[in-house]
Amino acid sequence: MPIKLTVNGKPVSLDADPEMPLLWALREDLQLTGTKFGCGMALCGACTVHLDGSPIRSCSTPLSAVAGKRITTIEGVGASSTGKAVQLAWVKLDVPQCGYCQSGQIMSACALLAGKKKPSDADIDNAMSGNLCRCGTYNQIRAAIKDASASLTKGA
Amino acid sequence: MGHIDRREFLQSGAALSIGFTLPLSGRAAAAAPAASNTFAPNAWLRLTPDNKITVICGSAEMGQGVLTAIPMLLAEELEADWKLVSVEQAPADAAYNNPMFGMQATGGSTTVRAHWTPVRQAGAAAREMLVAAAAKKWGLPADKLRCERSHVIAPGGQKIAYGALVALAAEQPVPEKPLLKSSADFKILGKPTRRLDTPAKTNGTAKFGIDARVDGMLVAVMARAPHAGIKPKSFNEAAAKAVKGVRQVLAIPSGVAVLADGYWAAKKGRDALAVEWDMGDKAALSSAKVSEMLAEGAAKANAVALEKGAAKDVAATLKAEYEVPYLAHACMEPLNCLAWVKGDEVEIWAGTQSQGPAQGILSQVASVTPAKVKVNTLLLGGGFGRRFAPDFTIDAVLLSKLSNRPVKLIYAREDDMAAGFYRPASLVRFEGALDASGMPTLLRADVGSPSIMAASGFMQIPPTGVDSMAVEGLSDHPYEIANQRIAYGRAEPGPQVWFWRSVGHSQNAFFIESFIDEMAAAAKADPLAFRLKLLGDKHARHKGVLELAAAKAGWGKPAAPGVHRGIAVAEAFGSYVAEVVEVSVAADGTPKLHRVVAAVDCGLTANPQTIERQIESAICYGLSAALYGKITFAGGKVEQGNFHDYPVVRMSEMPKIEVHIVPSKAEPGGIGEPGTPPLAPALANAIFAATGKRIRKLPIDTSLLKKA
Repeated sequence: MPIKLTVNGKPVSLDADPEMPLLWALREDLQLTGTKFGCGMALCGACTVHLDGSPIRSCSTPLSAVAGKRITTIEGVGASSTGKAVQLAWVKLDVPQCGYCQSGQIMSACALLAGKKKPSDADIDNAMSGNLCRCGTYNQIRAAIKDASASLTKGA
Repeated sequence: MGHIDRREFLQSGAALSIGFTLPLSGRAAAAAPAASNTFAPNAWLRLTPDNKITVICGSAEMGQGVLTAIPMLLAEELEADWKLVSVEQAPADAAYNNPMFGMQATGGSTTVRAHWTPVRQAGAAAREMLVAAAAKKWGLPADKLRCERSHVIAPGGQKIAYGALVALAAEQPVPEKPLLKSSADFKILGKPTRRLDTPAKTNGTAKFGIDARVDGMLVAVMARAPHAGIKPKSFNEAAAKAVKGVRQVLAIPSGVAVLADGYWAAKKGRDALAVEWDMGDKAALSSAKVSEMLAEGAAKANAVALEKGAAKDVAATLKAEYEVPYLAHACMEPLNCLAWVKGDEVEIWAGTQSQGPAQGILSQVASVTPAKVKVNTLLLGGGFGRRFAPDFTIDAVLLSKLSNRPVKLIYAREDDMAAGFYRPASLVRFEGALDASGMPTLLRADVGSPSIMAASGFMQIPPTGVDSMAVEGLSDHPYEIANQRIAYGRAEPGPQVWFWRSVGHSQNAFFIESFIDEMAAAAKADPLAFRLKLLGDKHARHKGVLELAAAKAGWGKPAAPGVHRGIAVAEAFGSYVAEVVEVSVAADGTPKLHRVVAAVDCGLTANPQTIERQIESAICYGLSAALYGKITFAGGKVEQGNFHDYPVVRMSEMPKIEVHIVPSKAEPGGIGEPGTPPLAPALANAIFAATGKRIRKLPIDTSLLKKA
């Protein structure tokens, strides 16, 4: 039985092992390689995507758990005003170094800002501490989240 | 890698001039579009009639910013309009050899240093040819023309865009000695410049090694042998093959690989193998055994790296033993490589720091000629030295050759962590003595550590017996002490050792800068004043960064209640970095870093933004190692497998960091690594200031810092 879900607004049907993590369906079956493999155990956050708007670790989420759900990846997150603001802030502050973790960082940051337009430093720590970065871009990530927050709340 | 042989450097310079007479050699020529409307006077750039400038970068991008720095070097001398500059990754070709290595490889913080002159010369040569073309077109003498923002300009203000000169410029002779600008005239170099690769890294389009794909490829996951030479006693091939999607199981020297339609099936197959390894002698390897062997190495250290005065005649009054463990690089992107052996041709797609050596090594693996090995360099999801090793490319090529299919090999995180190529564990025994005024009269250090040079496969321990990488930062410390002896005793517990961000400096700065701090404490001296005095009249650049970091941190002024400061300095890869760490220690012994203030003197700068970010990055990397990093062994096997047992610094633990750059006209130094060495000692020294307890082992054992 194919598994049906929506990815970045498009319906997809996957004929795959229902136990296979969503990550590999995205990367290999749908060739959406912006979502990264880092640890395979939900420890590093590189594979973060949104399930019905909430951040999940796709490396540890079986396909069976996302049947009928809406998935958003780094390739599609710019369609929302929050996603666009976050991506613009990331570019403005030139956040990435190697860049490998940044898709996951951006997805976690978008989920944070979608729920809380003006996060405190503690909110940022809580929302982002599951996303590892070996290049140490954390301070730029924090600054970019605040920049995106400012642009999202301007005039509000 | 850390040491530059001047003769080698000059020889490589000669190779470059050949690059100019044969501007496009080998594959670089094949890669360039065979269009007559492209001006490509050398391997480093293409200029097209639409005014677009494509810089071809031969170094690997692993976050350190070379895809921006190399174009900046070229654009500066080309007098290019920066907005028209883009970058692409070069193929493997001798035209892109790193002049400091004599091969195309990225490491040792060398990219900007090594290419500072040749890439600027490439830009200057192109500029002179464009000027010659305009001179011809206008019938004016070339020396009356100048260039600005991708235009040649005549004295009367007449101007022509570079793009309009493409065909004519290509006909001009390539200048042998193009004139380089004075650094005082730089418009691009030395200015904070945005990275060219940022947009792709924020929208999912950036292509890393792991993203490579060709039709018909299989994905391989391996159960890796715990050490080189270890063979499987048994494995369950049938169970692996029973997994849907698994196509083949192949045993190769480095382990057992499962090839499948995709990663998930391959990983399930890999786990189903349940390999039993014939550990042999290696079964006796444990972390206790490692420490014992390092101590034995130190006890018999007789390869003398530095001897001054008469160290044996001075009685030691201070003794201390320091030790650090093996460390994994733990790049965010697990090691991977896509390889395709097609008859007598090999093609790989990988994030590798050593494209040049890979050509030679892989040609031997596949029994083809090096020219038949095509290396496609993709972005590296972190390198830190790990991707200088060829193991993962060799495995991929072997698997493709044996399966007769394109194979993308991806190490599971657990196999990446256990795959070896670690920063060496090291132990040092110090002895010191102070005179009546409190200044040191003796420094003796005996180091026990494995040899990277011997393990590298491309270097050898010199006849002195000193592996310079085991003692770098220690045997060449800057302090003026009359009687010294620094010696190395090789100890080889067994794990494969390798280059890790800042190599020997990563542990030796911790050793020496902590022991200097111990001597300052014994002398009841301020750690900064003590260092400045001990640096004597020389070492202005060490003093410069120490004084700048201290001033910016408010050294000598009270910190916030409960917050204490420590300081350390190190010179590595031609650059000088001092760091002040501000720390408080909780009752349970947990240190909290409030701020790190760094000062760096790296000579002339390419991109100050990159310098700030790389120092910040190197601090974070060093902090993870100081707080958590250790690879341990039991029964011969690595005990760590993933980020739960090899933790790294998270957002909530990241201190505020300030980076201050010392203005300098000195030759450029490296920047990817020099920020790491001072972090651990500055932190340990701050913890001493806070608690009176001396940290002599990493990672920091917080139980020692608990309030009684």
